[in-house]
Amino acid sequence: MKTSTPRRLAGVAVAVTAAVGLTACGSTGGGAGAASTDYTVWDPYPQFDGNAAWTKLVESCGDKAGVKVKRTAFDTTDLTNKVLLAAQQGNAPDVLVVDNPVVSTLADAGVLAATDDTKIETSGVDPNLLGAGQLGGKTYGTPIGANTLALFYNKAILQAAGVDPASVKDWASLTAALAKVAGAGKKGITFSAIGTEEGSFQFLPWFWGSGAQLNQLDSAQGVAALTLWSDWLKAGYAPNSVINNTQTTSWQDFAAGNVAFAENGTWQLGNAKKLGFEYGTITVPAQHGGAAPVPTGGEFVTVPTQKDTARYATDQKIVSCLTNPDNIYATDATLSYVAPAAAVQQKQAAADPALQVWVDAVHAAKGRTSDNLGTKYPKISEQMWTAVQATLSGSKSPAAALQAAQAAAGKG
Amino acid sequence: MTTIAPRATTAAVPAGRRRRNLDQWAAWGFLLPVTVYLAVFYAYPLFRNIDLSLRNYTVRSFVQGDAPFTGLANYGTVLGDPTFLPALVHTAVFTGASIAFQYTVGLALAVFFRQRFRLSATLRAMFLVPWLLPLIVSASTWSWMLNSDSGIVNTALGLVGLGPVNWLTSPQWSLVSVLIANIWIGIPFNLVILYSGLQTIPDSLYEAAALDGASAWQRFWRITFPLLRPVSAITLLLGLIYTLKVFDVIWIMTRGGPTDSSTTFATWSYRLGFGTLLPSFGPAAAVGNLLVVTALVFGLVYIRFQRKLEAS
Repeated sequence: MKTSTPRRLAGVAVAVTAAVGLTACGSTGGGAGAASTDYTVWDPYPQFDGNAAWTKLVESCGDKAGVKVKRTAFDTTDLTNKVLLAAQQGNAPDVLVVDNPVVSTLADAGVLAATDDTKIETSGVDPNLLGAGQLGGKTYGTPIGANTLALFYNKAILQAAGVDPASVKDWASLTAALAKVAGAGKKGITFSAIGTEEGSFQFLPWFWGSGAQLNQLDSAQGVAALTLWSDWLKAGYAPNSVINNTQTTSWQDFAAGNVAFAENGTWQLGNAKKLGFEYGTITVPAQHGGAAPVPTGGEFVTVPTQKDTARYATDQKIVSCLTNPDNIYATDATLSYVAPAAAVQQKQAAADPALQVWVDAVHAAKGRTSDNLGTKYPKISEQMWTAVQATLSGSKSPAAALQAAQAAAGKG
Repeated sequence: MTTIAPRATTAAVPAGRRRRNLDQWAAWGFLLPVTVYLAVFYAYPLFRNIDLSLRNYTVRSFVQGDAPFTGLANYGTVLGDPTFLPALVHTAVFTGASIAFQYTVGLALAVFFRQRFRLSATLRAMFLVPWLLPLIVSASTWSWMLNSDSGIVNTALGLVGLGPVNWLTSPQWSLVSVLIANIWIGIPFNLVILYSGLQTIPDSLYEAAALDGASAWQRFWRITFPLLRPVSAITLLLGLIYTLKVFDVIWIMTRGGPTDSSTTFATWSYRLGFGTLLPSFGPAAAVGNLLVVTALVFGLVYIRFQRKLEAS
C-alpha cells in the first residue's frame, strides 16, 4: 500500500488535469452562438441591476417574442472589445445596444447585420440621428435615444455678475459674459478637454460651430475654435484643470457652485435637479450666432450577424419591442435621453417643458461618424483631442497643433 | 521503499523494467499539471501576443481571423511613431527614478525601524498603508491633491507664497507628478522586503564592529549594505518589473498626457489597443512585446548576478 500512494496521486493528478482541460475546451464552445432558445442582449448600462425597469423591459420583450432573454451589462469602454472578441469566437449576442460612434466600426468589421436583412423599421427616426448608424448606404441599427451637449448656467452667479443669459448669442457675447463673471471673482466656464473621446465630443460643438469640417482639421475655422478655448484658459475664464477633466469631474466643478457655465450633457438633467442653486440651459452658440451643431451621443440598438439567420426574425421582434414609442418613452426617461422620433419628442417636451432646449439641440445635432466618415472618425478624433491637449497645455499654438493633427490623421 | 528493495532484487529483470516504466509514467503525471498550467496561462498568451504583433490586424480581419502576416511591419510602425522616443525616455526615467527613490527611502526606513523603539511596530504598519490601498483609490486621491485649481498641494504652496503649479496639466510637470505618486506607492514594498532582509544579519556582527570602534556610518556601509546585497538585488529586480508595467497610476492621473508628456510603453500599448474607438491590436502587441523583452533582459542580468554571488 505504501508504495502505491505516489502512483495513485499521479493518477489523480492526470485525471484532474484531463478534467480541467476538457472543461476549458467545453466553455469556449458554448455561448450565444449555439442554436438555443436563449437569446442574449448586451448593453452598456451597468447602472441598471436585475430589478431596474430596463432589465424588466428587456425580459418582457423576450417573453413577447416567445423566448427567454439573458441580459448582460458592460462598461461602455469595455463593450466594443468584448463584442469584437465574441464575434471572433462566433458567439456575438443576438441584440447589442452600443454607443453610436462605434456602430460604423463594428459594421465595417462585418459584426453587424444591416436593417435590410433584419427587417428592423427605422422610418420614424430623425435622419440626423440615424446618420451615425449608416455606412455605405446601409443602416445598421436604430437609436434608442439621443443625448447631446448644451450649456448649463448658474443663475445666481450670472445675476451677481450682471449677465443676462439671453444676451449670449455667439462666441463674442459668450466671451464677454465670461469676462464679466471673472471680474466678479468666479470662474467663467468649465468643460472636458481630456485626452480621450470625451475631449473630442466636448470640442466638437465649437469646432463645428465655427464652420470647420472634420476632414480638414487645420482650416482657419478649426484654428479659430481651438483659439477660443485656449484664450479662455489663458485669460483664466476656464480653470486649467479642464485639460484633465472628464465630463463627470467637470460637472462636479459646476455643482460646487463656483463656475457660471458648464458644457455638459442631457444625461446630467437628473443630477441638475439636485443642484443647490437654480440653473438654466442654453444651446451652445455658433461662432456667428445661432445654435452650433452638437455631436449626438446615445446608443443604437443593433443586431450582430448570426450564422443561423433564422434568429433574425426573433431578434427583430425583440428590437421593435425595445424601440416602440411607449417603451422608448419610458427608457429615455430613465436614461435622461431625448427620444429619436418626433412624435415621442413632443410627448417628452409636453411632460417637461425644460426638455425643449434639448429637443432643439438634438435637431441641430450631427453624428460624429456622419458625412460618410465612418471608420475614419476614430483616427481624426484621436488627433483632434491630441491637438486640443497640446494647445491648452501650452506646448503648441492652435495652428501648429491642428496642422500636426491633420498631417497625422491624413496619413491613416 | 524498504519493502520493495528486496523484492526488486529477487524479481526477474522484466519486472524491474516495468516498474521503471511505471515510475516514469508517474513522473510525467506529476509534471503534467504544471506543464499544462504553463502552456495555457503563459506560453499560449505569449505566443498569441507575438502572433498579434506580426500580423496586420484591422477590426475586420480581427473578427474574420484572416489578418495577413506582415513580419516586423508593426515593429517598424511603432519604432517610426513620433510617440516612440518620448515613450522610451519616459519609461526609462519613470522606472529609473521610481526604483532609485523607492529603494533609497525604503532602505533608510528599514534601517531606522531596525532600532526597536516604542510604537515602531505601529509606525511600520502605517507605512504599509499605501501598499494596501487599491491603486484606483491612491491614484484618484493623488489626482485630487494635485488638481491645478482646487488641489490641496497648490493651496499649501499658495500659503507659503509659491505660485500654483499645473501638476497634471502641464507637459513639464505631468511626469514628475505620476512619479511622485508611484514612488509613494512603492516605498512600503521596499521597506518590507529590506526590513526582513535586515533580520537575517546577526546582531553579533554589529556588536563586534562596535567594539572595534566602527561608527554607525561605517557599520552601515561595511556590514549592512554588503550583507543585504542578495535581498537588494531581488528587491530591485521586482521593483523594476513592477514599475515597467505600471499603468493604472499614470492612466488614472493623466491618461499619459497632456500630449504624450507622461506616456510610457505601458500606457501607450493600452492606448493603441483600447484607448480609441478603433483599436490597433498589432502595434499595441508590438509595444507590449518590447516591454516583455526589456523585463526579460533584466531578469537574465539578475540571474547572472546571482550566479556570480553564489560562486564567490
